[in-house]
Amino acid sequence: MRPEPAPTDSFDLRARRVHEAEGRGRRAFALFQAARHPGPLVWIAPAHIPELPMLQGLPRGVGERLHLFRPSNETDLLWCVEEALRVAPISLVIAEPQQPLSLTAGRRLQLAAEAGRTTGLMLIREDGGSNATETRWNCTPLASQAPDSTPHRWSLIKNKKGTIGSWTLNWNGTSTAVHMVSAARERHEPAGAAR
Amino acid sequence: MALADARAICPDLATRSADLAREAAALSSLRRWASRYAPMVATDGVDGLVADISGVPHLFGGEGELRDDLQARLERAGLHAASAIAGTRGVAHALARHGGGIVPDGRLAEGIGHLPVTALRVDHDTAEALARVGLSRIADLAHLPRAPLARRFGAGLVLRLDQALGAQAEPVAAEPDAPHFGVRMTLPEPIGKQEDVMAGLARLLDRLCAKLARHRMGARRVRLELRRVDRGTAQVEIGLARPMRDPARIATLFAKGVDEVDSGFGIDALRLTAPVTEALAPEQIGGGPAIRHDDALADLLSSVGNRIGFERVLRLLPATSLIPERSFLLAPAAYSTAEPIPHRAGSKRPITLFPPEPVTAASGTPPASFRWRRMRFTTLRATGPERITPEWWFDDPAWRSGLRDYWRIETQEGPRLWLFQTPQALGGPDWYVQGEFA
Repeated sequence: MRPEPAPTDSFDLRARRVHEAEGRGRRAFALFQAARHPGPLVWIAPAHIPELPMLQGLPRGVGERLHLFRPSNETDLLWCVEEALRVAPISLVIAEPQQPLSLTAGRRLQLAAEAGRTTGLMLIREDGGSNATETRWNCTPLASQAPDSTPHRWSLIKNKKGTIGSWTLNWNGTSTAVHMVSAARERHEPAGAAR
Repeated sequence: MALADARAICPDLATRSADLAREAAALSSLRRWASRYAPMVATDGVDGLVADISGVPHLFGGEGELRDDLQARLERAGLHAASAIAGTRGVAHALARHGGGIVPDGRLAEGIGHLPVTALRVDHDTAEALARVGLSRIADLAHLPRAPLARRFGAGLVLRLDQALGAQAEPVAAEPDAPHFGVRMTLPEPIGKQEDVMAGLARLLDRLCAKLARHRMGARRVRLELRRVDRGTAQVEIGLARPMRDPARIATLFAKGVDEVDSGFGIDALRLTAPVTEALAPEQIGGGPAIRHDDALADLLSSVGNRIGFERVLRLLPATSLIPERSFLLAPAAYSTAEPIPHRAGSKRPITLFPPEPVTAASGTPPASFRWRRMRFTTLRATGPERITPEWWFDDPAWRSGLRDYWRIETQEGPRLWLFQTPQALGGPDWYVQGEFA
């Protein structure tokens, strides 16, 4: 099944760069991005973490394209990410590093993404990111006031080439479409300390 | 002799059931060995070999010496064999099974005249009919007119007789050898540098891949054996995510393994084999972007699989089970292809699944509040229950607690969790978290 054409909006990850997502809702954000990237997907998760993507719960068209690598240690994980980023036909590489990314590692991944013209998304622990990242997202699921809604708050907390912002939206986990609860806006208040 | 009769004579008789497959394998390896005597060697029935030795005997000093040499070598190997040399295949076959020997040229009829007619490879009914009319030896048949023989006993007997006496041609049809995908290289001087080994490997790979291409095969595993001057061997083996015969792409996968080899005092011989091969039809190369993309993806799976293990490079495949853990398979990506996922109606499924983790301090059904992973959650909305019964035909230890009632719990804190209760469990129902929704 062909994935739907990707819309262009504030949630587009800049191509050929590596991005980071943190927070409880980072896996949902990764799947949302996976649904918007046509082409083969690679999900790299260490073998020891119990969470697995559940095939029946994935957005439409993602399960068939997904490859799951389960390296046994952190070095192999970073090696897999770099290797996958260097392969042009891969559209999105999602990885779950367990240790904080060093600046060297982050920079190497950016170079690999540029060489392979691939986008990467690291699902990091809180404050486990690298300064070399293009954007960093904080993703949290929100309690829904109305039934049948699945609100998320996705905040762009670091952006090298643009403004940051925060969006509250409904994403039901099946398609590439989102319903904004509050419209995207310019930032009025002064920015907090850069992270 | 029947087994019961044999046991009656010798009660301690050791018997084993026949292993036809291994016997055939042994015969075929013996056939390969026998090719030292003649270029054309074929198996003859389940227990014989036939070789066309035209133009060969003088190399061994004559037919007698050739046969003696063959018998001596077989005896040294512990094989009891009978052999015969004759001008036709039929006579050699008959004589080898009745004592062996050599029939000189031009004396075929005399050579086998004393043998019974069954030696002519005729079927049982014909042999019996011949015995009934008193024709028990081949010599009795040889001078009889052909036409009445054919009318009475069928054309098969006459054909066999003519083949034995040389009136009908019967060539030795040696079956072609199964191709062996292995090449080797011996070096006059030992080498130790990595680039030298890689250069040698590139030459061997060219030859191996040319051979694979000729037989329309592709390698799934490739093994490089390096013999050191001190007679030690090092071995590098790689796997490929799909059948492949492209020398450059296989060579890059060897780079890491060759780097780790200890060359000692130097390497003086290289041997490259493809132990596992699969059929690979000639394919369009360098075509559209789709082919290049498939190639690049297969290369990625190969290189990652060789580093972290092919069992860790996985693909999700749908399965027909309602049990959440078994509703999809994790299959090695190198040995499976993507399958379309059937559309599934019914209640929603979480995006991540993990082994059930018990919650504590659960109150009520569904729990109004609970603790999980050292966090306190308050239920905002609960959807369910969805009852899933265990598959009784599998004894799954995780499902010994019986039925499960699954609930989708939306919490005040944000996460939407997939909880279940085990109403049939001994010691009261417990609550577990097994997944997380988007």
